[in-house]
Amino acid sequence: MSIDYSEKIPNNVDLSGNKTLQRALEHWQPHFLDWWREMGPNDFASSDVYLRTAVGVDAQGWASYGAVKMPDYRWGIFLADAIPDRRIGFGDSVGEPVWQQVPGEFRSQFRRLIVTQGDTEPASVEQQHLLGHTCPSLYDLRNLFQVNVEEGRHLWAMVYLLHAHFGRDGREEAEELLARHSGDADKPRILGTFNEPISDWLSFFCFTYFTDRDGKFQLKSLAESSFDPLARTCRFMLTEEAHHMFVGETGISRVVKRTLEVMKQLGTDEVQALRGQGVVDLPLLQRYLNFWFSSSLDLFGSEVSSNAASSFANGIKGRPDETTQYQDHVCADATYELTTPDGKGGLKQETVNLRNAMNEVLREAYVRDCEIGLKRWNMQIQKAGCDFRLKLPATRFRRSIGVWADVPTDPEGRIIAREEHARRLPEWLPTPADRAYVMSLMQRVTAPGKMAGWLAPPDRGINNLGLDYEYVRLG
Amino acid sequence: MQASMTKAAHAERISFDTHPERYAHWRMSVDGAIATLSMNVNEGKGLRPGYKLKLNSYDLGVDIELYDALNRIRFEHPGVRCVVLTSARERMFCSGANIYMLGQSSHGWKVNFCKFTNETRNGMEDSSRNDGLKFLAAVNGTCAGGGYEIALACDEILMIDDRSSTVSLPEVPLLGVLPGTGGLTRITDKRKVRRDLADFFCTTTEGVRADRAKDWGLVDHSAKPQAFAQAVRDHAERLAAASDRPREAAGITLTPLKCTIDAAGYHYEYVDAVIDRAARSATLTVSGPKQAEPDAIEGIIKAGVAWWPLQMARELDDAILMLRTNELEIGTWQLKTRGDIDRVLAVDAALARHRAHWFVRETLGLMRRTLARLDVSSRTLFAIIDQDSCFAGTLAELALAADRGYMLQLPDDPERAPRVVLSELNFGSYPMVNHLTRLATRYCGRQEPVEEARQVIGERLDAHDASKLGLVTFTPDDLDWDEEVRIALEERASLSPDALTGMEASLRFTGAETMETRIFARLSAWQNWIFNRPNAVGEQGALKVFGSGSKAKFNWERI
Repeated sequence: MSIDYSEKIPNNVDLSGNKTLQRALEHWQPHFLDWWREMGPNDFASSDVYLRTAVGVDAQGWASYGAVKMPDYRWGIFLADAIPDRRIGFGDSVGEPVWQQVPGEFRSQFRRLIVTQGDTEPASVEQQHLLGHTCPSLYDLRNLFQVNVEEGRHLWAMVYLLHAHFGRDGREEAEELLARHSGDADKPRILGTFNEPISDWLSFFCFTYFTDRDGKFQLKSLAESSFDPLARTCRFMLTEEAHHMFVGETGISRVVKRTLEVMKQLGTDEVQALRGQGVVDLPLLQRYLNFWFSSSLDLFGSEVSSNAASSFANGIKGRPDETTQYQDHVCADATYELTTPDGKGGLKQETVNLRNAMNEVLREAYVRDCEIGLKRWNMQIQKAGCDFRLKLPATRFRRSIGVWADVPTDPEGRIIAREEHARRLPEWLPTPADRAYVMSLMQRVTAPGKMAGWLAPPDRGINNLGLDYEYVRLG
Repeated sequence: MQASMTKAAHAERISFDTHPERYAHWRMSVDGAIATLSMNVNEGKGLRPGYKLKLNSYDLGVDIELYDALNRIRFEHPGVRCVVLTSARERMFCSGANIYMLGQSSHGWKVNFCKFTNETRNGMEDSSRNDGLKFLAAVNGTCAGGGYEIALACDEILMIDDRSSTVSLPEVPLLGVLPGTGGLTRITDKRKVRRDLADFFCTTTEGVRADRAKDWGLVDHSAKPQAFAQAVRDHAERLAAASDRPREAAGITLTPLKCTIDAAGYHYEYVDAVIDRAARSATLTVSGPKQAEPDAIEGIIKAGVAWWPLQMARELDDAILMLRTNELEIGTWQLKTRGDIDRVLAVDAALARHRAHWFVRETLGLMRRTLARLDVSSRTLFAIIDQDSCFAGTLAELALAADRGYMLQLPDDPERAPRVVLSELNFGSYPMVNHLTRLATRYCGRQEPVEEARQVIGERLDAHDASKLGLVTFTPDDLDWDEEVRIALEERASLSPDALTGMEASLRFTGAETMETRIFARLSAWQNWIFNRPNAVGEQGALKVFGSGSKAKFNWERI
């Protein structure tokens, strides 16, 4: 079904055919717009931004470009096309028809999942609320806003599910999604990481690379869900999410490229010399990667989890690419070998039920996906003749959730003394001096085609436009 | 293999002796009139192997520390007028009893665990009602199941309103069992939550956030995170102001009890529990004061922890707990006393005279709760009133608590025959959980026999008198005594332990229900039935499969 833009709320779910739902969403819409004005990138409300808007969910329709003022963006509700005769792909009910309505017995589990996922979407807009003021280029500013409006749309996607399938409770939760605010001490966002402000662009690139990638994997596993409207919603969200990761991967790649250029000019990798030239030295970048990778790992939850087991067994949340990647979709008796700290400074092997280890399975897939960018960046570094290599820290490093929570390890994952850990942390994580230096680089560059000195230009512009195109017309 | 491991592990004896310096799960701090108990469960320090106490969940070990802390506040910190129960964790108050622990535990362990936790929570309400110690639950994060039940036992509940944290009783939908530590009863009886709202609340796993919790009466107050600490102080100070605990008083340190444990039993200074394993019975002998106890308050305070009624009550309390937890097959307890009746009565007189003093009041409180613990113990209680006994006043409560009393007649030597004596304390100082005295309960609510008994306060009643007043059941003379008692004990020991538990619990509490009797007799009984059903504990039962992800397979018959 194509998207009906003649309606107040663009959608491909035949909203006009369900007046009750339409009224509910039209009631929520002004609250969303108020929230956007208050918590979004509102200082740029009058700017024309070259944004992509979905006009259809197929390959041709989902990316239509044009200059838009953000408050006028057509946030809507889009589900990927239904797969005829879709069957439950995993868990105890594998092979049965998927559900078009939420089964009563799983109502609260689904509600919690959707609310937790939904809460992260507006949270990230709030975290990036002030970032536009220090944009390194109009190209990047546009990308930030594209990410922001799409996070806003992802909120719509979750709110649609809450309104359409969870009755009064769902409507209340939809209001709460606008009431909690990132970093608000009185009504914080649900997940801790989403309460930290993102105040520099290096962090923004890391966030889109690592934290949005967690989102990608959550969406991939929810796209397998037996609750078909959720699966279809998430399938479409994934196409949008891909752009966010592109922003992260190319962003970090451009940081590396610029740094390598300056290293070549100066003929040194000496940190102070590079900082004198206003670029991000690679050890500093490594510390940022360590920070963001490790905080994103916590979002997957505990290695051994009863919630994960029940979500899998009941067909609520599968593994990414469940159908294509795995043979056994029931996993009733399968086990998983886990290495855990033994509490005495050593390691021990634990055999747990695979169903209980689904968070860890998801995390492993995520880590493999993260490695891809690392390979590319290291290729750049290698080609430039530099010996430095970026790497992901061990998944045990700096964890706050799960079996490695508060176990002092180095980035290689070796358990070390608490005192050594405290002493060496500045080697591994951004120091206050690092952060101050990065902040000092955050100078606003808004001339079309110009880039901040710490960032190389991208290889190409948006939608085949030139790099000097005025992607944001600051009004 | 799991079962045999569990059984082996259960062979290890549980002790109730602990000290704040050794707490693994709680932090206690005292600031003037306000004590704060912060739950910070060490997940690796469960009492048994096989489970981790995640998310501030608790097992018996955690509750033993809570019980110890409460007693220390009662006695060691008399200036404390309000106790704040909270959590040291961010956004997590307490997630209730540990489910993996329940899943791997035997039926008996679960029942005993729930009974002890119920007694501890009832004890908080008992202290608030009788002794001026007020409780504020400062619910600073998610509060589920047994976590909410701890909060329910407090006078008031203050909940954080961070738009995320909820209170919930998810036992029915999540675990297929009941919120069995008073939760179902307190939300209606104490908090007056309407039953239809309670029905909804108890079947929703996610619970409700602060705004609705307040609307429905599930909590009293809410505060936003930044205002929370101040709100805790304000409410605690207001509750403290309503307390009549002393403003300035030195506490009495609860030194460790001296208990020798050997093959024969558990031996304390005033309480001796001697076990006859072949007969599956224990003789609990309580000794009266060894010398005259002080009757002026100064002397009582000077005696402190060694003051006979306090030391005896602590020892009796511990002995009941040790027998109940560690000696499951010892089904009959013979209750005996030894000592000088006058000395016991003198102590009763001192207790009555100084009952307004905080220390005496707390001692009476401990005795009251200990006797209440005896009432709900699933053991046959036979009082054996023989020569040299001193069932007088406070100690006569032991005879009144018993399912039957056997009192020796000595027709040829009336001077040496045992006597029972009532004191003023038998008429109101030791109410049972039905809020009636044991005498009133005994007479099933009839007033005249209570009045008749009151007429004979202080009189030495021999077997004939005691029998006439209905204070004892049988009064064999010395010719029949040994055989009568032996046969009664042997016969009793041959009966079904389950049937006896049910029968005794039914007969012990006459008259109207109270919230506490409803908790023990209705809620616990149903819970214990559910705990024994395949739908909960069968291979595919809800408690067994919890955490594995699989759904429980129920037998859908309604029974």
